[in-house]
Amino acid sequence: MSADLLRTPLYDLHLELGAKMVPFAGYAMPVNYPGGIIAEHRQCRESAALFDVSHMGQLRLVGNDAAAALETLVPVDVVDLPIGKQRYALFTNAAGGILDDLMIARRPNDLFVVVNAACKAADTKHMMTNIGHRCQVVPMPERALLALQGQKAVKALGRLAEGVSRLTFMTGGAFTLAGAECFVTRSGYTGEDGFEISVPAEAAVALARALLAQPEVKPAGLGARDTLRLEAGLCLYGHDINEHTTPVEAGLTWAIQKVRRPGGAREGHYPGADKIGSQLTSGVQVKRVGLMGLERIPVREGAILVDAHGHKLGHVTSGTLAPTVNQPIAMAYLAANHAIVNHEVYAEVRGKRQPMRVTPLPFVPPGYHRG
Amino acid sequence: MTTMFTNDHEWINIEDHEAAVVGITLHAQDALGDVVFVELPEVGRTYKKAEIVGVVESVKAAADIYMPVEGEVVEVNEALRSDPSLANSDPMGNGWFFKVHVTHMEQFDQLLDPPGYDALLKSL
Repeated sequence: MSADLLRTPLYDLHLELGAKMVPFAGYAMPVNYPGGIIAEHRQCRESAALFDVSHMGQLRLVGNDAAAALETLVPVDVVDLPIGKQRYALFTNAAGGILDDLMIARRPNDLFVVVNAACKAADTKHMMTNIGHRCQVVPMPERALLALQGQKAVKALGRLAEGVSRLTFMTGGAFTLAGAECFVTRSGYTGEDGFEISVPAEAAVALARALLAQPEVKPAGLGARDTLRLEAGLCLYGHDINEHTTPVEAGLTWAIQKVRRPGGAREGHYPGADKIGSQLTSGVQVKRVGLMGLERIPVREGAILVDAHGHKLGHVTSGTLAPTVNQPIAMAYLAANHAIVNHEVYAEVRGKRQPMRVTPLPFVPPGYHRG
Repeated sequence: MTTMFTNDHEWINIEDHEAAVVGITLHAQDALGDVVFVELPEVGRTYKKAEIVGVVESVKAAADIYMPVEGEVVEVNEALRSDPSLANSDPMGNGWFFKVHVTHMEQFDQLLDPPGYDALLKSL
């Protein structure tokens, strides 16, 4: 591994566990462990898998004005987010495109924000530049982030702190885990019940070992993380959403609470509000859809989608042969009039047209614990 | 030397030159990860050396399969088609891809011998 790559606090542990390491967002990260991606994927769907996601950015926004300030950057209700609750959000740009997707949790003394690793520096600068005068924007590089995901995650984590079982989906709280002060949210990126754990960097390895010692838990890498999130219909920034896709085109309007929409008490006043507000009212020309391959050949990012006559209808933004669904699946942007469930389109793969059917997302039923 | 290797991490076993066996190496399957789909060449068709004859797809990537030496494909591994994971579990044995009737033996001698392939792996 190149000496120029950054390392998370779990780097040596990954090597000890036999991980295959790859560069990702400037970090050396495990793509899989010796069992392989499919085994790790199944481990998450059937039991519990532990992911190191410490490469992602954790920040806190401090001050009475932090929530209102953050609302100037996201089309999301932050002001009325209750203490202990977490919400998915999007940084938008003036054209209504998406700069990053993120998670915001309200805690007693701050807003806890998690952003994508590849956008960490840009997002931090974005917040400091635009709202740094209204609240303190405090990066937290001294903390690691672990994700424990799967239907048995609550049982395993519960042995370290029994209170976690009382968290419901998209809520969080402070817990002592393996002697360390952690912030735990019941959320994740796999479609399963599970937890994301912010832990001091110096305690991360001990916590990871304590979790891996639970019989339900095995380590999993970024390869499985990608197949899991794709089956769950979740977007990957830079692939399914980017600066050129609006939240409406991406099918993420559920993340825009009524209060921020046209007619709402705090409508607009975020970048791209005119474009997004107008799309919310009048609709869009392209839409993100799920596709399932009718044959066994995987269809991947970049594949062009055409109709039976070869006319271009759209393009694929993510795709794989999904281990749980056991068929090729993909997410794509399609012309709105073709973005109808059960509609058939063709993906051009190596000069041949592979039939695919528009399929509702997610591809697998979610396992969230809503209490 | 009955097994030789290519720069594209394929092996060919020439014990029976009328049905020389071709597969991908241990290194190739490790680099690919879990194989989920294979596209095999057409039986009865003759391919030139280095022609793309098939595809091996893993969860995260697709890689072309090249003809190591010119010849007619005489058999493909149906067991592999039904269970692509054989390419991971036994790439040098039961995970073989196809058999070829080699017509240009001198092309075989141009491939990498086992020490030559080891040297290639060390240089990566």
